[in-house]
Amino acid sequence: MRLELERRPRIAWWAELGAPLIALAMTVVIGAILFAALGHPPLRALHAYFIEPLSEIWSLHELTIKAAPLIIIAVGLSVCFRSNNWNIGAEGQFVLGAIFASALPILWPSAAGAWVLPAMLLLGMLGGALWAAIPALLKNRFGTNEILVSLMLVYVAGLFLDWLVRGPFRNPEGYNFPESRNFGADAILPEIISTGIYGGRANYGIVVALIVAVIVWFMLARTLRGFEITITGASPRAARFAGFDSKRTTLFAFLFCGALAGLAGTVEVTGAIGQLRPSISPGYGFTAIIVAFLGRLNPLAIVVAGFVLALSYLGGEATQISLGLTDEITRVFQGVLLFAVLASDTLIRYRVRLTRPHYAAKETAR
Amino acid sequence: MKRLATSLAVLLLAAGTAAAQDKTKACFIYVGPIGDFGWSYQHEQGRLQVEEELGDQVETAYLESVPEGADAERAIERFARSGCDIIFTTSFGYMDATNKVAGRFPDVKFEHATGYKREHPNVSTYNSKFYQGRYVIGQIAAEVSETGQAGYIASFPIPEVVRGINAFLLGARSVDPEFELKIVWVNSWFDPGREADAAKALLDQGVDILTQHTDSTAPMQVAAERGAHAFGQASDQIAFGPETQLTAIVDDWGPYYVERVKAVIDGTWEQSDTWHGFAEGNVAMAPFTNMPDEVAAKAQETVDAISSGALEPFTGPINKQDGTEWLADGQKAEDGELLGMNFYIEGIDGSLPQ
Repeated sequence: MRLELERRPRIAWWAELGAPLIALAMTVVIGAILFAALGHPPLRALHAYFIEPLSEIWSLHELTIKAAPLIIIAVGLSVCFRSNNWNIGAEGQFVLGAIFASALPILWPSAAGAWVLPAMLLLGMLGGALWAAIPALLKNRFGTNEILVSLMLVYVAGLFLDWLVRGPFRNPEGYNFPESRNFGADAILPEIISTGIYGGRANYGIVVALIVAVIVWFMLARTLRGFEITITGASPRAARFAGFDSKRTTLFAFLFCGALAGLAGTVEVTGAIGQLRPSISPGYGFTAIIVAFLGRLNPLAIVVAGFVLALSYLGGEATQISLGLTDEITRVFQGVLLFAVLASDTLIRYRVRLTRPHYAAKETAR
Repeated sequence: MKRLATSLAVLLLAAGTAAAQDKTKACFIYVGPIGDFGWSYQHEQGRLQVEEELGDQVETAYLESVPEGADAERAIERFARSGCDIIFTTSFGYMDATNKVAGRFPDVKFEHATGYKREHPNVSTYNSKFYQGRYVIGQIAAEVSETGQAGYIASFPIPEVVRGINAFLLGARSVDPEFELKIVWVNSWFDPGREADAAKALLDQGVDILTQHTDSTAPMQVAAERGAHAFGQASDQIAFGPETQLTAIVDDWGPYYVERVKAVIDGTWEQSDTWHGFAEGNVAMAPFTNMPDEVAAKAQETVDAISSGALEPFTGPINKQDGTEWLADGQKAEDGELLGMNFYIEGIDGSLPQ
């Protein structure tokens, strides 16, 4: 006897829509069991994890700071993943984008004016795209595995950043500590509402994220380029018959995805951080993979998914303070969520059947 | 009558503050896990000491593994909002975040470890003179070593680490002017795998004593396997090398934390920049083990001399690596010079990674 996955002929629309919700519900249930096993009242813990961070204005601001880079990266990843290009290295493209953008205020600290920030955003996109071009070109030219190459380039990017902030980009007035100078006012992404009772740290990064999501949604849903991407991913043969060049699509998808990851990196350093440091991301590039799948590779749904994952970071901190739980709880929740998303996705597309192993039976009879 | 009124007023005031002020809340932010048996572990020990000594007067909380950067600012702000009266941020990378949040919460006291920025009157900084301990273990290394060489596993070329290397060599050369130091940079504070590799490479090159400025116990364990000697880092690591550890430089944050939290309770907290060492009990040596008694006795003498101020490790004549004079005979280094130290002293091979 063995389990077999059989493709369902049709997928009900409600199942398609409901899958991420089922996954979320499963995560909450597993979370409750986990909290109970750790000896905490599950409802109290779930409240601390999912509700507390949403109950205060300042915390909502923090949520958008966390969500913005996740959304921007995940929207880019949706383009890659739809076209069947498995870019696992968004983290590295994020870092390279941040480096390219930061080069301007670091190497030219006296630069001032309204042009500085837009120039940095463009530089960031360029940096991310160039880094993403490496796995794409190697895949097209030599047939290398883009998963491996893009993933390994993450570590190269991290070490490059590390070297920069200890060497050429180091703050000359910083007592030799590994960080760049603080960016000037014109190189900082402004806060949306910085004072008053609704005030907080939220910056325009979240606005950038929303604009990017709408543009990419439009591209995927309404343009020929979007069609090409989806077809190439779903059926490479059909794409070839339609005259689409799969290598060109691969390059485009990677450049696009890398540019957005670079943009996210720029938003992070110009917004939340304000300088370059040896480490600028708590793994946004990897968490964004979960965001992309939770949002079913749909840019608009990814916006929602981005907020859910952002909440998982804040919730982990909240439970650490109010219940004294370890910070590993954040990663456990994120892992369970990814698992639940993939499981419910699979179960909606496929039917599980128990089949008798005829072949194996014959073998033993002989 | 007047006296009665005064004492009544005092009584009322006391009752008033007692009612208004319940427990003082002290909060701690750690860069690593509390189970690292190094840096964050020792800060956690300090927190526990605060709880133990101040008992009912305090309530404490901590956040572990908080990444430096954007997340740190949120974590600190969350603490400030959750009713903390004093917040200890225990890693260099929290410096700007601490100052930013401090500007928004003028009533909360902030204490930043190892930094130099105090942009608001409610921010203090503190650090310990670990280099005093490095001088002592340098002396011990020169006494115990048979090959005349020690291996130094270093993390990052920041002043704190460079100062430690220089102090170690000064200590060693005060015993054996020919003593050699081999340095490996692993570019991490906590990476047991790389630290172990570095330890093996150093032992293969003929050193018989290891010391480290990284936080894991891996080098101690490698030294134990190879029958070499090693010094514990940040906390007493004798459990990981009972036959191996000579001593350890122990960070003891407890006294400082108790003092500062008490100051908040008493209402006497003021901004300060603290750099304490042996004398104040913030740096201590683990028991001297696995060495002849006379070496242990001499090490204790050195500790006492530094503690009393009779001996300052960075006293001239000391030349920089390129042979130019840094400190003239009898001249002592200024704190500012030590805090920004970015050069090797004469006698160290290899160039400082820039």
